[in-house]
Amino acid sequence: MAFDKSEVEKIAHLARLHISDSEADEVTARIGDILGLIDQMQSVDTDGVEPLAHPLDVVQRLREDVITEKDQRQDLQTLAPNSQDGLYLVPKVLE
Amino acid sequence: MIEKTVAELSVALASGDISSVELTQTYLDRIAELNTELNAFITVCDESALDQARAADAARANGEAGALLGIPMAHKDIFCTQGISTTCGSRMLQNFVSPYDATVVERFKAAGAVTLGKTNMDEFAMGSSNENSFFGPVRNPWDTNRVPGGSSGGSAAAVAAGLCAMATGTDTGGSIRQPASFCGITGFKPSYGRVSRWGMIAFASSLDQAGTLCQSAEDAALMMNVMAGLDSKDSTSIDRDVEDYTATLDDSLDGLKIGIPRQHFAQGLNAEVEQAIRDALKEYEKLGASIREIDLPNNHLSVSAYYVVAPAEASANLSRYDGVRYGYRCENPLDLEDMYKRSRSEGFGDEVKRRIMVGTYALSAGYYDAYYRKAQKIRRLIKNDFDAAFEEVDIIVGPTSPHTAFELGAKSDPVAMYLEDIYTIAVNLAGLPAISIPGGMVNGLPIGMHLVGSDFAEARVLNIAHQFQQQTDWHCHKPAAFRQEG
Repeated sequence: MAFDKSEVEKIAHLARLHISDSEADEVTARIGDILGLIDQMQSVDTDGVEPLAHPLDVVQRLREDVITEKDQRQDLQTLAPNSQDGLYLVPKVLE
Repeated sequence: MIEKTVAELSVALASGDISSVELTQTYLDRIAELNTELNAFITVCDESALDQARAADAARANGEAGALLGIPMAHKDIFCTQGISTTCGSRMLQNFVSPYDATVVERFKAAGAVTLGKTNMDEFAMGSSNENSFFGPVRNPWDTNRVPGGSSGGSAAAVAAGLCAMATGTDTGGSIRQPASFCGITGFKPSYGRVSRWGMIAFASSLDQAGTLCQSAEDAALMMNVMAGLDSKDSTSIDRDVEDYTATLDDSLDGLKIGIPRQHFAQGLNAEVEQAIRDALKEYEKLGASIREIDLPNNHLSVSAYYVVAPAEASANLSRYDGVRYGYRCENPLDLEDMYKRSRSEGFGDEVKRRIMVGTYALSAGYYDAYYRKAQKIRRLIKNDFDAAFEEVDIIVGPTSPHTAFELGAKSDPVAMYLEDIYTIAVNLAGLPAISIPGGMVNGLPIGMHLVGSDFAEARVLNIAHQFQQQTDWHCHKPAAFRQEG
């Protein structure tokens, strides 16, 4: 499958990454190589094969719907680059 | 003392030949002297380690016992440690200090083990050489111009050089076994779900598994006795009895059926490595095992399938790093989108960004069936290959890596680096337990032998590895330059 610079820009945006113009050719080439490796899969006929999402053939465990975690809000918020009055601060979204 | 295994140190501590404080100080002194050259540790915890050692000695004086009580260890810097920084080898988490311990860390603490520090690793565990760390590459103690393997390269180098008695690691595609092979130590990856992933920073959630790096299979069994078990905080942790992994180490291998996959002894395998592994296999014949060739016909597709599944899961897992709640935030963002994009682009290294983009592409509209669903079907074929093999044999044995440790900078092409894991990666896709043990030497560098067991056959894999180590002394070879007792 063709993979070009415009594709890289689109993917980078979806992944919320910024790829500068000076990096774009290199990144496109590298990802193209990786997709080349991945495309070896296409040589095998997998019609009728059941996909395997996960190595364990188990169902999700359920538990009682009760609070088991202690309140660590303060501890967790001190990790934030910018917080105030219990809120996480980000650049202004609305003028 | 640093020559001793965990099992031997445990005896020395119990008999009073040495205290945990003395032992901990010995390792701390070695780290202070040798880490500059190896770069195996990102963080060293001198004070808290000595506090823990004093507590272990006091507990022992009070009559407490336990195989790991007072044993100095290191944790891969992917495990969250309360009050000690956890970087995951990334600029993104350079200043991150977790408010809680990972379950694995908590269990070792409860067993009285001493945490010397946190070991270097490829950023977010993405790499096979430890060259992708924001904190610089780790060097192989056997030859400091060579890589230690990755992603658990710091843990492997630290154990090999005698900077700790044992270390934790994680293995998503070979990240415990390949560095164990390159550094001449024992590296064990349990079955998926056997050890809790809680507090272990996520890379690819259907593949990630915590395990051990140490000097022998017996030590791995002692570590597994502490690590393994159900954890209600990890929904994929398995509800299944934990064996005493040391209890069956001495079981006889008479009648054992070993399968050697044709596909692991094919083109691409270094001839000297092949010879060493074939020689090592003869030891098993002496122990009463029979050896037959088997086929894993879809093995050659494992790397391709893995590089869809792992990046896809990584792209979702790493979306949490947004510069809002924790981790790196760029300077002076223009707006919210600029903050997300620049924080992530400046905080992540090149390999991490590549994998996020590959994963994003594979999951994007119109490509899901061609990539992600196709990879999951291949994953089924790979699992079926193993299931069929284990109908015929008890254990699958081959080389861990196609060659010995390579030089720093030798594999700048990502695809060449990915192919490093050609013998290990299928095991993660199938969720099986596997170990790499020293199986020989070529040109002064260690070779790893790879043993793969069936689902939850941890005890059997450790038994088979241990029996080899009772017959041979490859696991006792040490890198001379780093093994002078001070």
